[in-house]
Amino acid sequence: MTNIENPKVKIKARNMTVHYGDAQALHGIDLDLNANEVTALIGPSGCGKSTFLRCINRMNDVIDGCRVGGSLSIDEQDVYDAAVDVVELRARVGMVFQKPNPFPKSIYDNVAYGPRIHGMAQDRASLDALVERSLKRAGLWQEVKDRLSASGTSLSGGQQQRLCIARAIAVNPDIVLMDEPCSALDPIATAVIEELMEELRRDYTIVIVTHSMQQAARISQRTAYFHLGDLVEHGQTETIFTTPQHQQTEAYISGKIG
Amino acid sequence: MSTSFLLICLFGLGGFSYFFGRRRIGALTRAARVKQHSRDVYHGSFVALCAVGVPLIVLLAWAGLSPLLLDAMLEDFLRRQSPDLSLGEMGVAMAKVKAYFSGALPEAFTGELIRSGSAYFAELRSASNQARSVAITLLALGGLAFGLSKLAPRFTARPAVERVFNAAMMMASAIAILTTIGIVLSLIFETLRFFDKVPVMDFLFGLSWSPQIAMRADQIGGAGAFGAIPLFAGTMMITFIAMLVAVPIGLMSAIYLSEYANPRLRGIAKPGIEILAGVPTVVYGFFAALMVAPFLRDSGADIGLALSSESALAAGLVMGIMIIPFISSLSDDVINAVPQTLRDGAAALGATQSETIRQVVLPAALPGIVSAILLAISRAIGETMIVVMAAGVAANLTANPFESVTTVTVQIVMLLVGDQEFDSAKTLAAFALGLVLFLITLMLNVVALYVVNRFREQYD
Amino acid sequence: MTDKIDIRSANPLAAQAYQARLKKRYRAERRFRAYGLAAIMTAGMILLFLLNAIIFASLPAFSHHYMRLDVEISTDYVSAQTPQEGNYLGLVRAALREQFPDVTARRDKRALYKILSLGAADGLQKRVMAAPDLVGTRVSLDVPLSDDIDLMLKGLIDRSLPQSDRIVSDRDLVWVDKLLAEDRITRKFAFALFTNGDSREPEMAGIRGALVGSLWTLLVTLIVSFPLGVLAAIYLEEVAPKNRATALIEVNINNLAAVPSIVYGLLGLAVFINFFHLPRSAPLVGGLVLALMTLPRIIIPTRAAFAAIPPSIREAALGVGASRTQVIMHHVLPLAMPGILTGTIIGLAQAAGETAPLLMIGMMAFIVDVPGDVTAKATVLPAQIYMWANNPERAFVARTSAGIVVLLTLLLVVNAAAIYFRRRFEKRW
Repeated sequence: MTNIENPKVKIKARNMTVHYGDAQALHGIDLDLNANEVTALIGPSGCGKSTFLRCINRMNDVIDGCRVGGSLSIDEQDVYDAAVDVVELRARVGMVFQKPNPFPKSIYDNVAYGPRIHGMAQDRASLDALVERSLKRAGLWQEVKDRLSASGTSLSGGQQQRLCIARAIAVNPDIVLMDEPCSALDPIATAVIEELMEELRRDYTIVIVTHSMQQAARISQRTAYFHLGDLVEHGQTETIFTTPQHQQTEAYISGKIG
Repeated sequence: MSTSFLLICLFGLGGFSYFFGRRRIGALTRAARVKQHSRDVYHGSFVALCAVGVPLIVLLAWAGLSPLLLDAMLEDFLRRQSPDLSLGEMGVAMAKVKAYFSGALPEAFTGELIRSGSAYFAELRSASNQARSVAITLLALGGLAFGLSKLAPRFTARPAVERVFNAAMMMASAIAILTTIGIVLSLIFETLRFFDKVPVMDFLFGLSWSPQIAMRADQIGGAGAFGAIPLFAGTMMITFIAMLVAVPIGLMSAIYLSEYANPRLRGIAKPGIEILAGVPTVVYGFFAALMVAPFLRDSGADIGLALSSESALAAGLVMGIMIIPFISSLSDDVINAVPQTLRDGAAALGATQSETIRQVVLPAALPGIVSAILLAISRAIGETMIVVMAAGVAANLTANPFESVTTVTVQIVMLLVGDQEFDSAKTLAAFALGLVLFLITLMLNVVALYVVNRFREQYD
Repeated sequence: MTDKIDIRSANPLAAQAYQARLKKRYRAERRFRAYGLAAIMTAGMILLFLLNAIIFASLPAFSHHYMRLDVEISTDYVSAQTPQEGNYLGLVRAALREQFPDVTARRDKRALYKILSLGAADGLQKRVMAAPDLVGTRVSLDVPLSDDIDLMLKGLIDRSLPQSDRIVSDRDLVWVDKLLAEDRITRKFAFALFTNGDSREPEMAGIRGALVGSLWTLLVTLIVSFPLGVLAAIYLEEVAPKNRATALIEVNINNLAAVPSIVYGLLGLAVFINFFHLPRSAPLVGGLVLALMTLPRIIIPTRAAFAAIPPSIREAALGVGASRTQVIMHHVLPLAMPGILTGTIIGLAQAAGETAPLLMIGMMAFIVDVPGDVTAKATVLPAQIYMWANNPERAFVARTSAGIVVLLTLLLVVNAAAIYFRRRFEKRW
């Protein structure tokens, strides 16, 4: 485990640009994200933070008319290299979405889905073990262990989101991307997930997009502030929130712009 | 006065009453110097409704009921003229009288009875027409006078007109219910009469179908056989073949169009599928009978297969083609209703696109797809023209798709097209088959609706 | 991190297995895609093949071969006083005999007459009846050849086959070749296809009667189903309380839309013809049956058009003191009109292509005359196609296909108009 003063760079973005059709969503982002840290991406709506997040596991590929420029590497390997396989990439980079999106399958099958498609378990017993471990790590095991065959959509919103986290970490990624994972949840469920993130940080690199500055301050080690497709400021969370270098950052944090 | 002339007069009167009413209320209000309750439009409409409404209803009722009355009186007349006519002869005589009356039957084919009947019928017709003209005129003028007498500045014309409007809307909605009741009653009545002649069990479970009633009593198979099992089996076989064609092609096209295709291909393919959906079934029938069936028969002969030229295969294949756009557009709707977040979720786990579709999108869309398939089956079972033109008439009980089979709809058409006596078992059998068809398709539709409502995931 | 099962572990064997699996998954992906593309292509090919086959089969019906004859309008056959009673076919045949003076035996003459259409004299009769002073003069005119000779000239009957295998005899060939050599045979556009009613002779059969029958029928359908459909939709969507009764009506309407069309035919037979004694084979009954069938297909899109109008519009109108009827007449109905009209057009187009229920009520009579009103015996275009398709004579195949081409063209134009209309006037909220 690396400590915060001497971090190891996991994700390195250089001059990243994204166009949706004619509209440019990102203007040349340079950003390093460290391993085993939680990095919060903050900024007003439409500032490009989600777009940047979706660049990391190439989820932008799915969108028609989206073009990505610049380079982004994970462990020194360029993600946009022609030799890189998206399927393999996404197995390394898990993602949790804004709205909980469990598949209309059982809880067990939801978690087992990733390991199954990637052929990660040789037999039923090891798959069972993997599902159990993932659900435990997501803090959901105690609540669902007696009804693993119930539909994933029958859970409450907070439980659904933890199920999605379990589903993402079941394929054992290096990185977990979270796109406003708590915006659809109540405060108690949010607290549970924030605790979980602190816990998960030991094993994974976590990048989270959030609208809540309090949340960013509570859970992240580093914060990046985006504004209108530009990266305005980036640094240790404490520094950003106490002594921001830029006018815009300060205005946003103090609630003058939103 | 002819019906159309009366209608034109009534519409003319309606227009006149409307404008007259409007002018009159204006004058009344100016004279009385009080605030008018309803706007001019409503006063005009009120007068027009008074003048035209009742006569229009009477006219329609007359059109519907007077043929009944006239026929009854004509029959009575003919019966008095020659009391020993049998029921069948009476029907022929009635038809001849009307044909002679309308000039379709040359004098050479008529007798004294027909000519006197025709003269009587002509008398009845003209009396009825005169009575109608008088009644309509009186009612229209009376209505106009009544409407005008009601006009006054404080007269509540708007609520009155709106009440009529509301009543008309309720009647229109009731037509839907009436249609269903009409279908059910007409089918059930005739079916019950059919079961008086042929036992229910013989019909539902009989293995032999030959509805030809013999001309002579001693003819072989003179009684006719009404076992419907070969019909049900034939219908099921053709439907099954159709589904084998339509479900994979329709479903895969829908999947490809909604998940893979670029906008250009979609822009071409979607209207293309709509065109396929708009092709009348008689065109498919022609295609099946004159192009597909001979082609299949010849290619079957080439590889040593004996295909009937009315094989179930040809009818089933073309029916499948007809159903493709139906399945495709319904599936397209349900696939598009699966939220994008589910696809993103699977993609983010590293699923390939086909894995996402097969393991996430399709299971989520399954209730809708099942319901689409059920509706398609219902469509195929009720489809008539393709099988009438391309499938057989003889009722073979066979599981061989290369042979000719017949279906429920083919038999309904065969039994009812051409000359018919209305009371024979042959004619009534068509209604019994119709009832079976109605019940089966109704059941499929209800189940399809239930599947969607019961098993659909709620996405918001 | 010891409990991690790493799919990219250092173990080269596991990495290899993963790569092999990945390859397999991509193969499955390509296969699946190919299935999808194949499905689309199949559907497209079928559509193209269907249209192609029918258009190709219809081409011969749009032209016909005529022969030029010089006819002496002799007073033996026709008198100028009563031209309607003349024996025009006799005139034409006499002129034909003039062409072939060496044909003398009765049997040979009869065979000779058969190279002409039975309707060969129709054009002459029309001309003489319009101008009786032609009697006694000599006119030159083109008369239609029989369908078999026409097919042979179009190359659809192979003249190299032995005589026993073709309809056209060797002697016919000699006669036709002589006419060809004299340059008397011309190929012209077959106006008869559009101007004639039905006929047993393929070269004289036309779609005019069926087209007019279709128009009368659809007129009845439109007059009955459009107001009823719109009124019912207004009631169900805007006025009626949302209770069990309206829910029942709604389910009922959805079911009616899926009832097989032939059942509507049975309803029409039992109710309109057997109960109300309305005339069989009449556009009135056909139109009523199709109206009942079309009603749910108008109500459903009309309701959808109403439902798409945001409630704020209604509230705004109610807020300025409009009555509910006024809200509907002034705001909801005009805004929903594009959707209503599109639904109606598509519903009517469906009705126009419908055949089965009309067979039940006898709208497939053999009718030469053009129906003059809604109670005359009539047939409709799809039923005409059905009857022609059942006709064994070869020339009827082209006739049938031509009928289909006309029907499809009309439906395509109408549907395209509906789609254009929707795109043009549809408002998105």
